[in-house]
Amino acid sequence: MIKLSGKPVYQGIAMGPAAVLRKEDQPVKRIRIADTETEIARLKKAGKEASQQLQKLYEKAKKEVGESSAAIFEVHQMMLEDDDYLDAIHSMICTEMVNAEFAVAMTGDNFAAMFVGMDDDYMKARAADVKDISNRLIRNLSGEKEIDFASMEPSVIVADDLTPSETVQMDKEKILAFVTVHGSANSHTSILARMMNIPALIGVPVNLNEIRSGMTVMVDGFRGEAVFEPSEEIGMAARERIQKEQDKIKLLQELKGKENRTKDGRTINIYANIGSVSDVGYALENDAGGIGLFRSEFLYLGRDDYPSEEEQFQAYRQVVQTMAGKKVIIRTLDIGADKQADYFDLGKEDNPAMGYRAIRICLKEQEIFCTQLRALLRAAVYGNLSVMYPMITSVDEVTKIYEIVERVKEELDTNGIPYKVPEQGIMIETPAAVMISDELAEMVDFFSIGTNDLTQYTLAVDRQNERLDDFYNPHHKAILKMIQMVVDNAHIAGKWAGICGELGADPKLTKRFIDMGIDELSVAPSMILPLREIVREI
Amino acid sequence: MKTFDYTIKDEVGIHARPAGQLVKEAKKYESKITVSINGKSAEATKLMAVMGLGVKCGQTVEVTVEGADEDTACEGIRTFFEENL
Repeated sequence: MIKLSGKPVYQGIAMGPAAVLRKEDQPVKRIRIADTETEIARLKKAGKEASQQLQKLYEKAKKEVGESSAAIFEVHQMMLEDDDYLDAIHSMICTEMVNAEFAVAMTGDNFAAMFVGMDDDYMKARAADVKDISNRLIRNLSGEKEIDFASMEPSVIVADDLTPSETVQMDKEKILAFVTVHGSANSHTSILARMMNIPALIGVPVNLNEIRSGMTVMVDGFRGEAVFEPSEEIGMAARERIQKEQDKIKLLQELKGKENRTKDGRTINIYANIGSVSDVGYALENDAGGIGLFRSEFLYLGRDDYPSEEEQFQAYRQVVQTMAGKKVIIRTLDIGADKQADYFDLGKEDNPAMGYRAIRICLKEQEIFCTQLRALLRAAVYGNLSVMYPMITSVDEVTKIYEIVERVKEELDTNGIPYKVPEQGIMIETPAAVMISDELAEMVDFFSIGTNDLTQYTLAVDRQNERLDDFYNPHHKAILKMIQMVVDNAHIAGKWAGICGELGADPKLTKRFIDMGIDELSVAPSMILPLREIVREI
Repeated sequence: MKTFDYTIKDEVGIHARPAGQLVKEAKKYESKITVSINGKSAEATKLMAVMGLGVKCGQTVEVTVEGADEDTACEGIRTFFEENL
């Protein structure tokens, strides 16, 4: 039994098998061997396994996303069988008397370097494929099971930290809890945990090399404890508490279909924040009044190239149609150096939070923006869609956005493609936007206050820096005053204002927000019913 | 020995997927099939080597076929290029 503590970011309790996510590109140890034949036999076995794994992935992808997207796994299979690649590994094992893992890693690096050195961006990117197959071989050699999210039984994800592109591919039905070594209360892991209503612990000093996938782990998000291979006693107690939690959730379900109305008759809209098309299910299940923040990044992350207009259009249309007339606010691309896909080629920045991101990228690289806008305007025909622009700091930016929207409309007109101009609002997440919210309110249809970034920019506290978690105080008077100012300015112009940051879900502030005149709170789906309960008690 | 020249029409050049298909096709024959461009050459049965040539759209490759079944092999490979690249 190993008992560790960490910082809980979402309360709750869970127990199940661990799924350990190790970072790829771990340094591989060079070991001198005497018996080269055994090493080559191991390599052959690992290669055969890899080939079978890829065949399975190919078939699965073919069924789910189609032949052309699945082809990459076929290419991986062929790369694995490539004579030059295999010969290089063999000869390294035999001439340098090294272990197969090391020979694979070195050969993989060499071939990757060859691709990186080519003068063609497409070929440069193939380096990742060589690394991928080499990592697969190394994983097979070391007997480490690859986590197959699709066929994984419900598990507790144990990792160093999770990147957005990793979380994108997880099947959310199958995650019982998160335990991470790093990450902060505002990192993507934490946001995801709150979204999915599952317990999560960060800052857990777990040695990933001591933990094996499949080990039972109990995660207590109330006490901030993770227990690996718990004793019979702890296991029993956990099961009892899990049952009690489930009963409580059942009680909340009875609030479905009821209004968000206080005893003195004031009402507030409670919408859901979601990050992918499949999250719409969570929103509906929790009786969301609408979607207050649909992060469109998921369409861009975890892939090799920009999503096409058609692909985006289909995704947006599906969401507005599923929400059947309820408001769906889609935020345009909010990507930056801290949350990026390789093909954007954004590079590293010293200070990504204040860097080249979100609307700034869209205004500079208008082709990306226009594609998204075209898809949004087309999807608006199918339901109650609104568009929201992130990271606004000036009137000028909004004017520029409107000019681009005009251009997109003309294009669609010329091509005779049906569209509708949706309601357009902005995120208020910079102190600049707060200070000029009177002018901005005249220009847009609504405001949604992004409290996470607003807090970071106002208090000069980096959200990604875990050492600053104690200084990150979203209850700071400065923040609350700003929120009041934004709401007042919106109302003067006859517009509405909501909150879509984490603060919106803070039960300690719900009454205050209603007193302030906030029109809408957009929160993780799991928080909708608990907030409704609070509102009805006010 | 038989040879032919072919100018690539596929806009991304000989990228991973067609390179993979070429390897598959080339492995059907006994003959040694070589693809050359700008003094570099690669055996058509070796995927990474073929990709390593970095052949782009508009470039012309020289394909050499040599072996017992070179007549059928040359025809097969030529058809493959015409249909896929």
